[in-house]
Amino acid sequence: MRAPAIEILGLSKSYAVGFLRKSLKPALQALTLSVEEGETFGFLGPNGAGKTTTLKLLMGIIFPTSGSARILGQDFHDPDVKKQIGFLPEQPYFYDYLSAPELLDYYAQLCGMPSEERRKKIPALLERVGLPDAGKTHLRKFSKGMLQRVGIAQAIIHDPKVVFLDEPMSGLDPLGRREIRELIQELKDQGKTVFFSTHILSDAEALCDRVAVIHKGELRGIGVVEDLQSKTAATSEVVWQGSHALASAGSLVSETHTTGEIVRAVVAAHDLDMLLEKLRQQHAQIISVTPVQGTLEDYFVSHTSETEQARA
Amino acid sequence: MNSRLAAITLNTFREAVRDRVLYNLIIFALLLVASAPLFGEISIGLEKLILVNVGLSAISLFGIIIAIFIGIGLVSKEIEKRTLYTILSRPVRRWEFITGKYLGLLMTLVVNAVFMAVGFFAALLIVTRTFTRDDAGLLVAIYFIILQFFIVTAVTLLFSSFSSPIFSAIFAFALFVIGTFAEDLRNFANLAEGLTKWLAIAAAWLVPNFSAFNVIAQVAHGEHIAGQLVLFNTLYALLYSTAAIALAVLIFERRNLK
Amino acid sequence: MKTRRKSTIVSVAILVLTFAGALFSLDQVDEMKGKQATLEEVLYFPSGKTLKKLSLGYHSLLADIYWTRAVQYFGHKHQEEELRYDLLYPLLDITTDLDPHLIIAYEFGSVFLSQPAPAGAGEPDKAVALVEKGIRANPDYWRLYFTLGYIHYFDRKDYKAAREAFQTGSEKPGAYFWMKVMAAEMAQHAGETSFAEEIWKRLYESTQDQMVKDNAQQHLAALSVEKLIEELDKRVEFFRQKTGQLPSSWYDLIRAGLLRGIPIDTAKNPLKLMPDGTIQVADPAKVPFLTKGLPPGWKKPNPHVPQ
Repeated sequence: MRAPAIEILGLSKSYAVGFLRKSLKPALQALTLSVEEGETFGFLGPNGAGKTTTLKLLMGIIFPTSGSARILGQDFHDPDVKKQIGFLPEQPYFYDYLSAPELLDYYAQLCGMPSEERRKKIPALLERVGLPDAGKTHLRKFSKGMLQRVGIAQAIIHDPKVVFLDEPMSGLDPLGRREIRELIQELKDQGKTVFFSTHILSDAEALCDRVAVIHKGELRGIGVVEDLQSKTAATSEVVWQGSHALASAGSLVSETHTTGEIVRAVVAAHDLDMLLEKLRQQHAQIISVTPVQGTLEDYFVSHTSETEQARA
Repeated sequence: MNSRLAAITLNTFREAVRDRVLYNLIIFALLLVASAPLFGEISIGLEKLILVNVGLSAISLFGIIIAIFIGIGLVSKEIEKRTLYTILSRPVRRWEFITGKYLGLLMTLVVNAVFMAVGFFAALLIVTRTFTRDDAGLLVAIYFIILQFFIVTAVTLLFSSFSSPIFSAIFAFALFVIGTFAEDLRNFANLAEGLTKWLAIAAAWLVPNFSAFNVIAQVAHGEHIAGQLVLFNTLYALLYSTAAIALAVLIFERRNLK
Repeated sequence: MKTRRKSTIVSVAILVLTFAGALFSLDQVDEMKGKQATLEEVLYFPSGKTLKKLSLGYHSLLADIYWTRAVQYFGHKHQEEELRYDLLYPLLDITTDLDPHLIIAYEFGSVFLSQPAPAGAGEPDKAVALVEKGIRANPDYWRLYFTLGYIHYFDRKDYKAAREAFQTGSEKPGAYFWMKVMAAEMAQHAGETSFAEEIWKRLYESTQDQMVKDNAQQHLAALSVEKLIEELDKRVEFFRQKTGQLPSSWYDLIRAGLLRGIPIDTAKNPLKLMPDGTIQVADPAKVPFLTKGLPPGWKKPNPHVPQ
């Protein structure tokens, strides 16, 4: 049994606040979760939930109040394990006096990549992330979207096994977001473990195998995407001909659209049979019945409500 | 030794070189040195004296200004701009980061001093038309100026590792001024009593002793500098700087970055 | 976090070792430069006025620094029993240029510039110049006149100038009453031991500088021994007239009722009664500034002159 790619063991962080630094403000409460190799794991939560704090702790940018973590079986502070990981911070900023190739070369050097390898990989990588003409332009002239791509490039230049991304889509236009999504998919296909945090659920739905939901520093839920989706109320979309039947359908349906004789409506799963029965009684012609998957959004919202208490 | 250390050093050097502010300072300093022969219009014979005084003082002063100016941002800028995040996510040790920044800035200062020294010797040649053996003292003076850079840079970096740029600048500058009068502080400690005496002693020995490195007045008069002084000044500069950097590393390794 | 612990240990070790080494090197540099340091500064800044301009308004602080250096310079040389104090005058001159109201610098200078080596620089004329400068800057400060009078009296033996100084000073505000007395008595008693004693006593009382005080005290001690010797001479002479012989030892005088006990000097050594009737101090080195009771041909051994 291989060690998990990422094991977080009771990691927590509190800040001393106040003038005399007497009271403690918890930014992250003891977090325990693990991610297997090859998984794409989504770390979801509203802004300020503790997602970035978790990533900073894992990278050794800040130090935990308690707990520890292991990456690829080794202690997370071990510098050598960093050769196997890549990190893209939120709204990254890079040395603006360097050009993209210079930056990647520098970072690759810091990972111990020999110069021959660097010379070969960097141009290919820049092309792959969509910056083939980056050339000698200094990074201070780059747009946000371009910087994000450079960010992904520096995270994977040394071909790490585990990639950590903090809000990789933030600030991008729809085209940019799609391209990043494709890049992440590629990483997935290469068998890399991807751990990314986001508050955009559709991205998580599309890419992740499992997700965790965090709110106010606490883990509120964790599981496989499909399972979570189906946990929320499932519905079906029914399309029939015979708008006269709508009246008797009444309270069973919601979101009705009527176009001439065709009616389209949404019905809760447990009410489906009753609706079909009623429609038959009215001699409506049923055109289609399509189950609609619950969305992650519902799960998310229900687990980040203000009134919910922490669950075990 | 360490390819990461070398990489950080060279990158810091590259950053300083590309920082256009540096050029302004250097040009200004070079102008100063170039105009020195004009001072000699005052009287023949004093030209060399004035040129040496102005030239060496310029090299020293500008170097120290640059050291502080760039040094205060070395670490704090990286934290503020969060460029440090992607560095720390790599197999870079925090001590390598601090030391690399230090060596990079030092390299910048030495290169800068060398350029200015070349300009200085060129001006000297114009004024005196030939070099004499006494001029070897000038090289020693420049060497001592560079040793001063070792210390100023280390101290500035130390402050930069935990405080904001403005405070770093204030502390570094204050330390420079006090360090220039370190000998007098020790004199004062000898005369004082009680608690004042102990505080003065502590301060006098903790503070970097810059007065011993300033031999501009002597070499301007063609005096010879004792070899022993060269030896012990070198030792002092290297050891003190290393101590300061070690302390900076200790502080930085514990620091929770924003 | 094993890596950090190891790093911490290494860093602390480096910190401690290098800093200790740095302090050691600094000590060496200090040793070497100690002799040179002040020399350079003073040589290359001969004008205190220039220095004052350069100090950008912090001349008072700079004056304090130079004053400290002057004292340190003097103290160091004094300890080594040097014979020359070449830099004392320039240092004090610069100090008083930077802060003309630093009275203590004038006072210190007057005492230690004027006295002959190894107690002082042996430059009474420079001392006079310094004090006169002080008087120009502080014309109503009576104590400076006392200082001036002192130099004229002791080291230049110019009793007329001394009397004038005391007289002028006695008329300044706040002058102590004895200034007038001294001016008056100068005419008759100049050159007498008791008069000198008076001046040293006044100096001892009125100064605030410890070194000056110590110096005055040593002079007073020497004078008291001289007075004792004078008195003993008289008794020896009395004995000789009475018995027709010189006393062979103090016991003779004691048995004759002329003395109560063996006389000792201020260093607590018994005085020696020589066969020729003269009285000598046992160890002149311990009673500095003595002009009587010295063994003939005795010269204070100087560590800087080969014996």
